[in-house]
Amino acid sequence: MALSRRDFLKSSAAASAAAAIGMTVPTEVEAAAAKAEGDWRWDKAACRFCGTGCGIMMATKGGKIVAVKGDPAAPVNRGLNCIKGYFNAKIMYGADRLTKPLLRVDENGNFDKKGRFAPISWERAFDEMEVQAKKALKESGPEGVAVFASGQYTIMEGYAAQKMMKGGFRSNAIDPNARHCMASAVVGFYQTFGIDEPSGCYDDIELTDTIVSWGSNMAEMHPILWSRVTDRKLSDPDRVKVINMSTYTHRTSDLADIEIIFSPNTDMAIWNYIAREIVYNNPDSIDWDFVKKHIVFAASPVNMGYGMRRKGEKSLTPVRPDGSAGKYDALEMQTIDKEMQITVSEKEAPALAPYGYKAGDVMVNKPAGLKHWEIDFEEYKKFLAPYTLDYVADIAKGDPDESKEAYGKKLKALADLYIEKGRKVVSFWTMGMNQHTRGTWTNTLAYNVHFLLNKQALPGSGAFSLTGQPSACGTAREVGTFCHRLPADMMVKNPKHRKIVENSWKIPLGTLNPVGNQHIMKIHRDIEDGIVKFAWINVCNPYQDSASATHWINAARNMDNFIVCSDGYPGISAKVSDLILPSAMIYEKWGGYGNAERRTQLWRQQVLPVGDSMSDTWQWVEFSKRFTVEDLWGAYTLRNGKKLANVIPEALKMGYKKDTTMYEILFANERAKSYKVDMNSFPQQGYDNSECIGDSRNVVGSDGKVFDGYGFMIHEYLFEEYADFGRGHAHDLAPFITYQRVRGLKWPVVDGKETQWRFNSMYDPYAAKQTKENNNSHAFYGPLAKALKQGDLKGMDKASKKKGLKNKAKIFARPYMDPPEMPDDNYDTWLCTGRVLEHWHSGTMTMRVPELYRAVPEALCYMHPQDAKDKGLKQGGLCWVESRRGKVKARVETRGRNRPARGLVFVPWFDEKVFINKVCLDATCPQSKQTDFKKCAVKIYKA
Amino acid sequence: MSENRPEVKMKKEPIGDRRKFLLNMARGVGIATLGGFIWSAQVDAVTASKLMLRPPGALPEADFLKTCIKCGLCVEACPFDTLLLAKPGEDKPLGTPYFTPRTVPCYMCTDIPCVPICPTGALNEESVTTDGVLDINSADMGLAIIDHESCIAFWGIQCDACYRACPLLGEAITIEYAKNERTGKHAFMKPVVQGDVCTGCGLCERACVTEKASIFVLPREVAQGKAGDYYIKGWDKNDEKRLENAKAIKTKTKLSEKSALDSLNDVGDLY
Amino acid sequence: MRNLWNSYRYLFFRRVVQIGLMLLYFGSASWGWTILMGNLSSSRILDFVPLSDPYAVLQMFAAGAVISADLLIGVGVVVVLYSIIGGRAFCSWVCPVNIITDAAAVLRRALRVDSLSDRQRLSRNLRYWILAMSLVISFFMGVAAFEFISPVAMVYRGIVFGLGFGAAAILIIFLFDLFVLKEGWCGHICPLGGFYSLLGKFSLIRVYHSEENCTLCMKCKEVCPEHQVLHMVGKFSESVLSGECTNCARCIEVCDDDALEFSIRKMAENKKLGENNDNIK
Repeated sequence: MALSRRDFLKSSAAASAAAAIGMTVPTEVEAAAAKAEGDWRWDKAACRFCGTGCGIMMATKGGKIVAVKGDPAAPVNRGLNCIKGYFNAKIMYGADRLTKPLLRVDENGNFDKKGRFAPISWERAFDEMEVQAKKALKESGPEGVAVFASGQYTIMEGYAAQKMMKGGFRSNAIDPNARHCMASAVVGFYQTFGIDEPSGCYDDIELTDTIVSWGSNMAEMHPILWSRVTDRKLSDPDRVKVINMSTYTHRTSDLADIEIIFSPNTDMAIWNYIAREIVYNNPDSIDWDFVKKHIVFAASPVNMGYGMRRKGEKSLTPVRPDGSAGKYDALEMQTIDKEMQITVSEKEAPALAPYGYKAGDVMVNKPAGLKHWEIDFEEYKKFLAPYTLDYVADIAKGDPDESKEAYGKKLKALADLYIEKGRKVVSFWTMGMNQHTRGTWTNTLAYNVHFLLNKQALPGSGAFSLTGQPSACGTAREVGTFCHRLPADMMVKNPKHRKIVENSWKIPLGTLNPVGNQHIMKIHRDIEDGIVKFAWINVCNPYQDSASATHWINAARNMDNFIVCSDGYPGISAKVSDLILPSAMIYEKWGGYGNAERRTQLWRQQVLPVGDSMSDTWQWVEFSKRFTVEDLWGAYTLRNGKKLANVIPEALKMGYKKDTTMYEILFANERAKSYKVDMNSFPQQGYDNSECIGDSRNVVGSDGKVFDGYGFMIHEYLFEEYADFGRGHAHDLAPFITYQRVRGLKWPVVDGKETQWRFNSMYDPYAAKQTKENNNSHAFYGPLAKALKQGDLKGMDKASKKKGLKNKAKIFARPYMDPPEMPDDNYDTWLCTGRVLEHWHSGTMTMRVPELYRAVPEALCYMHPQDAKDKGLKQGGLCWVESRRGKVKARVETRGRNRPARGLVFVPWFDEKVFINKVCLDATCPQSKQTDFKKCAVKIYKA
Repeated sequence: MSENRPEVKMKKEPIGDRRKFLLNMARGVGIATLGGFIWSAQVDAVTASKLMLRPPGALPEADFLKTCIKCGLCVEACPFDTLLLAKPGEDKPLGTPYFTPRTVPCYMCTDIPCVPICPTGALNEESVTTDGVLDINSADMGLAIIDHESCIAFWGIQCDACYRACPLLGEAITIEYAKNERTGKHAFMKPVVQGDVCTGCGLCERACVTEKASIFVLPREVAQGKAGDYYIKGWDKNDEKRLENAKAIKTKTKLSEKSALDSLNDVGDLY
Repeated sequence: MRNLWNSYRYLFFRRVVQIGLMLLYFGSASWGWTILMGNLSSSRILDFVPLSDPYAVLQMFAAGAVISADLLIGVGVVVVLYSIIGGRAFCSWVCPVNIITDAAAVLRRALRVDSLSDRQRLSRNLRYWILAMSLVISFFMGVAAFEFISPVAMVYRGIVFGLGFGAAAILIIFLFDLFVLKEGWCGHICPLGGFYSLLGKFSLIRVYHSEENCTLCMKCKEVCPEHQVLHMVGKFSESVLSGECTNCARCIEVCDDDALEFSIRKMAENKKLGENNDNIK
C-alpha cells in the first residue's frame, strides 16, 4: 500500500517539526535568558506520572521547586498538562516526607522484626542491610535476595540496580511493578515482532481516521493523548470515528461514536470475530502481498493455566481434607485449584472445539512457557471458524440490558471500520488488555487484525500499546529490570546475550545467572515460601499494588526475612518493611524516563533532596561497597539444581582481588572515571549533583563520614554504558549530552534522527537496510523467536525442522478462554479495578497534594443503580466488597464517571483505606506473568 | 434588704401621679422604639446574607427565613455532615441550616433524609418530589458558576475534575470540545454548567483543583440574571412559556418624566 | 446527709433533667441517637412524636409563615405538657440557660454583690413588652425576630451543634446576672420566659403554701428567682398562682417547716377553702 501524497506531506512535516523542535532549541540558552528575568530558574524535565511522557519546565527558587509549566517545546504536550502534571511542583513536599533511615529496633537499639521504627544513620542502615543480605545469600543463595523494582525508576537507577543484582549478586530476582502493567504487551511484542515496543508513535493520532480504544480509559489515564484524539475527532467529525471497547462505561465513551461493553475476557472473542469477518466474509480485504511477504501463522498450547500457584508449592502444602492447603483456606483453593485443571465451560467450548475440546471436558493445565510453532493459513482459518457474529455477540455482550441484535450490529460496525479500504485505524490499549489471564494472547490478536489488512507500522495505522508508567518503556523494558531480561532486549537465558553483558561489565564469563524466573508475583510467593529472605523495594509500592495482598503482607511481617523499602513517603510498603531508606524524589536527582512512543527524556537535578534522603542510584552504589568478589562470586546451586560456577578464580585472572568490592568493579571502574565532573560547562554547570560532588547538606554517608561525591559523572556513565548495548541493535539512543538539550527523541536514533514508524522501510533505517534488496515495504527485523517448528492447532510436530522467519512477524491462533474465576451463585459480581485521573497508582504522592486529595479523597465502588437497589444499597452508603480472599468497605457510587452495567463493579486502587488488592486474585497471564487486576468474582452487601 | 428601696425613693422629691404616668409612658415608648429599631436592624443584618446555600427543597430565602424554626433536624439527618446551623459570629442568619460546598458538598442522597424530617416545611418535600417519588435531581440549592479566567480547563489543561465529580455528569456539567489552535494538536475540554439541570450540590466546587475554586455554587437568585419577558427566543418553542407572565409595560425615562403637554410647552433654549 | 439531700433533691433532679435532655440532643446530633432529635426549637421523640416551641411558632405566625400540621401538633404536645407541669417549668427544668443564671445567682449571693451596689430597678414586666415587641417586629420583618437574637437558642443550639461565638452569649448572661441585674435575664428580659409565664397561668401543678406551718424564716423568698410570686408567704395559705413561678421547687427544698409543697391546682384551691386538708398531708 502506497502512502498518499497528503499523508506523506503530513507525516514528514510532523517529523521535521518534531526534529526541529527537538534538536534546535538549546536549553541552556533558554535557561540563561530566564535566569536574567528573576530569581527563579526554569529547566526542562519530564512529568513524574504516566507513560504519555509530557515535557514540563520546573521553576526553582531558593533551592526549592516552586512552580511548573507545560513545556511549550515538548512535542507530546506542547505546553499543556493534565491535573497530575499540573501539580508536579507539589509532589515532593508532603508534610510526612521521609528524611532519615528508619529501622525496627528493640529497646537496646538492635534490629527487632517486631520492634518499632526509630531513626538511624545511613551507616547503620547499610550495616544492617549488609548483614541481612549476606545471611539471605547464605541461606537461599542468589534466589534469596530480591528487588521489587519499578517502571518509575530513572534509567540510571534501574541500570544501577540491575547491574548490582545480576552482575554482583548473580540474582535475577529483580522485577519491576511494570510487570503488573506492561508485561503482556512485552511478550506480545516479542512473540509477534521479535523485539519490544510499539511500531508507531503518537503522531498516528493526527494521521488516523479511526481510533479504537481497547480496555483503556484514555480520557482519564492518558489525558493529553486523549486531548489529541479529541482534536483529531474535531478536525474531521464525519470521517474520524472513535470507538470505546470496555467492560463498563467510562469517560472515554463520551467522545465515542460506538461504545461496546463486553463481558470480561471476551475481548479475545471480539478480536477473533473481526479476523473472521476479514478471512471469511471479506477475503478481498486481506493484503495477500503483504501477508505473504511478512507474516507467518502460528499456534501455541491452550492448556497453560492461569499463573496461579501450582499444587505442591511449599505454601500450598499440606492439602487438608476440608479443601484448604498450606497457607490458603478452602475458599481460596476453589479458585487456585483451577491452576491444575479446569472443566471446559459451555461459554468457551465452541472456541476450543478446533483444539479438540468440548464442554464438560477436563483440561489438564501444564506450564507451557512461550512455546509456539508455525501453522498454515488453512489451520488458522479453521481456528477462526467458531467466531461467528452469533457466538461472539452471545458471549461478549456485557450489558444484560442490551439486546443481542443491537450488540451484534455494533460488533459488525466495528469490524467494518477495521476492514474498510483506505480507512486508517489505530488500536490503543492499556491495562484492560494487559492485565488479563490471556494478556499475551490478546495482544497478539490485536496485531492479527492489523496485519491481515496491512494496517500496521504505517503512519496513522497500527496497533499501539500505551504504557501506564513514566518509564515502563525507558527503564523497566529498555534497561531490562525484569527477571528474565538484560538491557536492549537481551535475555538472561541466552548465553550469547549473557556473554555480551559480562564482557561489557568486565565481570567473569559465567557470572550471570541463566535462570530468570523470579517475576514480581514469584518474589512475593518466594517470600511466602521462605526462599527470599532479603527484599528491597525501589520506587514502588508492592504491598499495596499486588493482588491477594493479605498473603504477602503476612509473609513479610510474620516470617524470618528482611524487607527494605526505599521511599519518599510512608506508604503501605514502608509500613510492612523492616528498614526504610529515605529516597530522593524525581527532581532531586539527575534522571531520565522513556515514554510509550519510545521517546527518551533526560533532566538534571533541580534541587537538593529533602532531609537526608539520597537517590536510589546512590543507595545501590553504596550498597555495592559492602560486597567483595569473595562475598558474592563463589559457587551456588539453584533450586532447580542448576549450578552457578565459582567465578572467583576467573575474577582473579581478570586482575580483581578477592576483596575487590563490587563498587570498584561495577560502578567506580575505569570507564566510569572517564566521565568527568565538569562544573564549568554544560550540562553540569549551575546544577546540583549530589551523587558526584556531594552537596551542601553534608549528609553523613554509608561509612559514617560526610559524603562528598564519587568524583566522576556517574549519571552519564550509567546512561552511556547502558545505551551502548542498544546502539547498532535497533535500540540506538543518542549521547547523554544530546538529551540534555532536546525534548526527548524516539529511538532508534540513527545519525541524529529519531524514528517515527519502526519496521517501515520509509521511516526506519533498520528496516530500510533490510529491504534494500527486495524493496519490501516493511521488515519485522526483531531477532527473538525467529525460527519455528511446524504443527497444527493441537500441537507441534516435534519431528519438523525449525524454519527461519527473518524479517517476518506472526499472526497467532489463540482462542477465547474463560478467566479462572467468574461470578457464580455465591460471588455473583465481576470486580474490575483501575485508576482515576486525579491519583497516581497507590496515591503515595497524589494523595498528599491537598487539591487532588480534596478532589477525590476516597475510592468509591461504582455500580449499576439497579444492582445497588437489588442488594439493598444506598447511593453514598457503605458496602462490603468481598471475594474468596478478603473484603473491603467502600462507598457505593451509582452515578458519576464510571457506569458499569448490571453485574460488574469498579473500584479504583489508589486508596490505602479501600485496600482493594486484598480482594483481587493474583492470577496472571501464564506467559507474561502479569496479574489480572481486571476481573475476579465478588459479592457486594451492605456494610 | 428589699425594704431599703422605698426609703431611698422617699428621699427624692415626690412627683405627681399623673406626671409620673406620662413620663413613664414616654420613657416606655422611647425605649421600645429605640430597642425596636436596634432589634429590627440586627434582624435585618443577620438575615441579609444572600450567599447562603440552603439544604435541598428549601423554600425561597424570604419564606425560608420565615418558616425555618432552626431545630437542626435536617442537620442531624444529613449522613455526610454537610449541613451546619449558622453559629453566632458567622454573619449568617443565626441557627439556620446551610452548607459550604468547598468543605463538604451535598452528596445528593437519593432518599434526601434532610427534607422529610423538617417539621415546618421550610424544606419542602414537594419541591424535591417527581411523580410522587423523592427525586434529588430536582433539587435547586444553587447554581454552579465557572470563572473562565482561573479555570485551568480554559487554559487547555486536561482537568475536568468538576465534570467527573458531578453526580449528574454529562447533564448538569457538559464538556465543550474545541480545538486548541495554540498547540495545533490538542483539544480544549471546557466544562459548561447547564443551568436548568444543575442542583447546586457543590461536588464540583469541592473537586475543583485550583487554589480557590474556579467553579463555585451561588444561590440561584444571586448567580442568575434575568432577561425580560418582553422578548421571546424565536428559535426556541419552549421559551414561549415566558409569555404567560408577560404584560404591557409602561415605560418612563428621564426624558419622558414630564407629560407630553408640559414637555411641549417647555421649549427651554430651543429657540 | 439526709438534710443535704432534702434541701437539694429537686435541684438535683432538675439538673439531671436539664443535662440529660441536652445529652439526648447532643447524642442525636453526634452519635445518631433517635430518642430525642433536634433541639428545643423543635424536636422529635423516637423519630415520631413532634415537639415545637410555641413561642417560636407564634413568631413565625406573626411573620406570616405557613404553619405546617406537624408543627401544630408539636406545639399542641408542648402546650399540653406545660399546662400540666407549669409553664415555666420549662425555665427551671429544661432550659440550659437556667444553669447559668442559677450559677450567677449563687455567686452573686456569695460575693454579696447586692450589698455592694445600688439595686437596679427594672420592671419584671419588661419581658412581656419584649414579647409583644418580638411579635410586632416579626410581623414587620417577616421573620421570627427573637429567634435570630435569642441567647437561649444560641446556648442550646451551641451545646448540640457547636457554640461558635455563642459562648459569648453564655458569658454575657452570666456577667449581666452577676453584676448588673439580679435575676436579670430569666426574671426580667427573656420573652420566652415571659411567654411561658402567660402559658403557665393556667397550669395544673402548683406550689402550695400553708401559712399555718410557716415560721417566717423567709428562706424561700431568698432563694426564689421570682420572689414576687411568694407574696403570700407567712400571710395566708394559698397556691402560688402566678404564671411567673418556675416550679423550680427551691422554696420547697429550703423550707424546714413543710410550709411549701407541690400540689394539684384544683385540690390546692379546695385546700384553700379549708377542705380535704388532711387528705393532702
